[in-house]
Parts: sequence; structure tokens; C-alpha cells
Amino acid sequence: MSKVSTQPVTTNLSVPKTTKKSYLNKIGFGFLYLILGAFAIIQIYPLVWLVFFSLKTNQEVFGMSPFSLPQDPNWENYTRAWTSGNIGLYFFNSVWITVLSVVLTTILASLVTFAVTRMHWKLSGLVLGLFLVAYMIPLHSTIIPLFNMYNNVNLIDNPVSIVLSYTTFNLPLTIMILLGFYKTFPREIEEAAVMDGCSVHRIFFQITLPMTVPVLSTTAIINMIYNWNEFVFVNTFISSDKWKTLTVGINNFVGQYLTDWGAIGATLVISIIPILLTFLFLSNKIVEGMAAGSVKG
Amino acid sequence: MKNVMSNKFVITLYTLPALLLILVLIYIPITLSGYYGLMDWDGIGEMKFIGLENYVTLVQDKVFWTSTWHSFQLAIFSAASLLLYLGISLVLASKIKGSDLLRKIYLIPMLLSSVAIAQLWMKIFDPNNGMANRLLEILGVENTPLWLADPEIALYSIFIPVIWQYAGFYILIYYAALKNVPDEVIEAAKIDGANALQIAFRIKLPLISGIFKVTIMLAVVGSLKYFDLIYVMTGGGPNGASEVIASYMYKEAFKLNNFGYGSALGFGLLVICLVMTWLTSKLTKSNDDVQF
Repeated sequence: MSKVSTQPVTTNLSVPKTTKKSYLNKIGFGFLYLILGAFAIIQIYPLVWLVFFSLKTNQEVFGMSPFSLPQDPNWENYTRAWTSGNIGLYFFNSVWITVLSVVLTTILASLVTFAVTRMHWKLSGLVLGLFLVAYMIPLHSTIIPLFNMYNNVNLIDNPVSIVLSYTTFNLPLTIMILLGFYKTFPREIEEAAVMDGCSVHRIFFQITLPMTVPVLSTTAIINMIYNWNEFVFVNTFISSDKWKTLTVGINNFVGQYLTDWGAIGATLVISIIPILLTFLFLSNKIVEGMAAGSVKG
Repeated sequence: MKNVMSNKFVITLYTLPALLLILVLIYIPITLSGYYGLMDWDGIGEMKFIGLENYVTLVQDKVFWTSTWHSFQLAIFSAASLLLYLGISLVLASKIKGSDLLRKIYLIPMLLSSVAIAQLWMKIFDPNNGMANRLLEILGVENTPLWLADPEIALYSIFIPVIWQYAGFYILIYYAALKNVPDEVIEAAKIDGANALQIAFRIKLPLISGIFKVTIMLAVVGSLKYFDLIYVMTGGGPNGASEVIASYMYKEAFKLNNFGYGSALGFGLLVICLVMTWLTSKLTKSNDDVQF
């Protein structure tokens, strides 16, 4: 009898308890999702809004609510931005300057990291220290002397000054990221190659470099984003249109057509698309690189 | 083995190119910046040595100190906004489905150039056709602000896109750190009857305090170097209301051709950055031993 009576009591007590808890849990989780979702909208909506006004006519921009959708997508804004704004040329300059600088930084940083972590010499600590300390120096403090130095060797208004600057200022961060990888990386294969009488150059180019491709791609993408978005160096060292990159080019273009919202929006969208495409395909690498660079800095 | 791997010629060959670059394009300019600061120089003509005059002017220059104060304000705001990011990361890291996708969405603004962000937010802040004021109108605000054109709030207005831009970056770092907190620790706490808030504040946060200190340093030192966004959005205006050290230096050198004084300002920026780096690391290190 007592057994029969206790059974339903315990179930009666436990059933509402668990449902109440899971009910609260659900509300709790719903609330958390609401916060996270709202934040996602804040992060993404300004860009959606940008795409919308890049497809609007001036009447729509100035006569209707900013939140209205473009009535009839006005693609003409994009052709106008591309043809009248030199955007094609700036785009081309951004591409080749970015790529060349990334390649140079990656090779030079790999050589240094290899020499510092794999080869034996007394000053390796000091040399590495010079690269790491350089990371703390604000680039704005170097810009006036750099301008004067480039001016003295006729490199002002010459893309060489931009490539040199990008290559150099990305070295410290790149070496920092590579360092973390090289330090955890097994040396056995390299040591075996030395035993077999392999030269240092062959070890570096045929064994080490190919094995570091995963981390190299991370640093290359991070460098690519920094170079693509860089503004101060180009704005200071380049004056003629034919060498301007996209950031400076669009800034000047937009400054001239303050009221043409459609064309401004289209220009900005064009400048953003390559980065977004890269992100779409390589987001994990970007996430990895950003985390690695920051934590070690 | 030792012989091949300690070949002096190879070591020189591998390190010298990169070393030359950072010496010539980073270390020499930074030294020259201090040296040019001793000159009266318009950037084109002859340099005239004037001793410490520029540095004396700098110490007495009201604009320099206002700009420094603006930079400090931005640094304080940035450090404070880390708490917001941390809160979101805590939620995000609490076994939520889709956290990976959300984390990537948050990161998108960080990938854009400061110029694109500045131009976009200038449109958002546009008093007549922008989205910010229309949103305020919908919420019932009558006297909508002028944002970047109002000296009283220009600096705060600039800080809004800054929060927007860096959110994903810091959330990414915190999220990674929170994911590194071992599951066993949290399970043990749950068995002992700790609730979600207790786990967050008593276990997770203390365990990631090391990373939090690193991010404070990044935020403080990073905000002393803001330039692009301010240069494009307000140019330091209206009437100097959003001037920071870097934008003031740039204006003196490349608009007014005061290369000597500009260099002194650049050197001042370097000193302030180094001092703040040192100070922040001191302040955040003091109770390091208590952790872990």
C-alpha cells in the first residue's frame, strides 16, 4: 500500500519540476538567442542598407524613407561608378600591390623565422627581438621621416614606396604568427635531411617551406586584408591617379560626388566585394589568423 | 649537423633583407622623427636647428593636449566596450547552436577598410537622409542630433562605428579563450550546484583574465593610433572637436607644411604609446599571481 502511494507522489512531484525547468530553460535560451540575433542584425544591417542605397536613384534616396527598399534596382549606379571614377584602375593597382607585398612579406618572414628557430647563432635572440619590438611602434610616427626618405630617392608618387612599406610593416606580425608554428613543428625531418647531406637551401625550400603552407596561407590572408584596406601610406606617398589604390581612390571619388548617393554606395560595394568573397570561402583561415596575431601581440 | 645549420653566410643571407627593411623603414625613421623635431623645417627647404623649441611648444600647445585627451577618451571607451564584447562572448560560448556562424557574422565589419566604414557611417549619420536619425524619429525622438557636425558629440559619434568595427575581433578572441576552459571544471562546478551565473563569474571569467588583460592592452594602445576613420569622417573637426594626436600631426605636416613641429608631434605620439603600453601592462599585471 505504502509502495503504491509513494510511487505516484514522486512522479507527481518530479514531472512538473522537470517541465518547469525545461520551460524556463527554453525561455532562457530564447532570450539569449534574441540578444545574439539582435547583435548579428546590428553588425550586418548597415551593409545591407549600403547595398540598398547603392541601387537607389537620387529621388528615392532624398524623397523616401531610408528604410525603403530600392523600387527598381538601378544598376546604372554601378556602371557610372566603374566608368567615371577610375575604379577599374584603382582596383587593378590594389590587386597587384597587395599580391606583390604579400608574397615578399611571406618569403622574407619565412627566411627569418627559419634562421632564428632552426639555425644556431649567437645573435638570433637579438634579431628576433628587433622584429618583435617593431610591432609596437606606431606607424604614424614614422610617416614624416619616411616621406622625406622616399622623396630623397625619388620614390614619392612611385608604387615601389608602397610595396616596400607594406612588405616591411607586415613583417613583425607575420614573423610572430610563423614563430608559434615553427616552435611546435617537429625538427626530425630536417635533422634527417642534414644527416643525408642536404644543403640548407634545399632543406628550407623543399622541406620546411612546403610543410608550413597551412600557416603561410593564414598569414597571407591576414596580410592581404591589411594591405587591401591600407590608407595612410598611399594617401601620403602617392599623388597621381594612375598609382592610387582603391581605398584612397574611392575616398577622393566620394569626396567629389558628395550628393550622388547611388554612385558612392556602388563604389563602396565594389571595394568591399573582394574581401567578402575571400571571407566566404576562407573564413576559418581568417578567424585563425586574427586570433593568432592578436594573442601574441 | 651543427656545421650546416650554423653557416654564417646562409644566416646572413636569410635574415639580412628583412632586417635591412625594418631598420631602414621603421627604426631609422622613428629616430629621425625625434631628430626632425629639433628643426624648423617646411619639408622642402633647408632645415634649421632650433634645439628643443618644438618640444617646448608642444608641451604648451593646448591643441596637443586636447588631442591627447580625445585619444585617452577613445582608449577609455574602447576598454569599457570590452565588457559588452565579453558579455556577448559568454552567451555565445554557452553551448549555443549556430555560434560558429554568428561569430563570423560579427567579424564582417572588421574586414572592411576604415575608409569604407567611414564613408558608410557618414551616410548613416546624415541628418536628413541617414538611417540613424530616421530610427530615432521612429522611436519618438524629436530633436534628432547632428552627429558628426555637432562639436559636443562628434567624438562620441565616431566611437559608434569603432564599437561596430572591432566587436567581432574581440568576441573572436574571448570566444576562443572561453572554449579553452576545460569542460571537467565546469561539470565539477555543476555537480557542486553552481548555477550558470556563478559558473560565468566565478569560474570562466577568472580563468580567462589573462586574455582579458591582453585585450585591454590592445584596445588602449590601438585607440591611441586611430587615424583613418577620423581623418575621413571629420578631419578632426568640427573646430578640433574630434582631433587626435595622429590627425593633428598629419595636419601640421602635410597640410600646413610644419614638418619640424609635425615630427615633434609624431615623436610625442610614440612616447605616449610606449608609456601607455608599459603602464597598461603594469596595471594589468599586478594581480597576476592570484590567478590560475
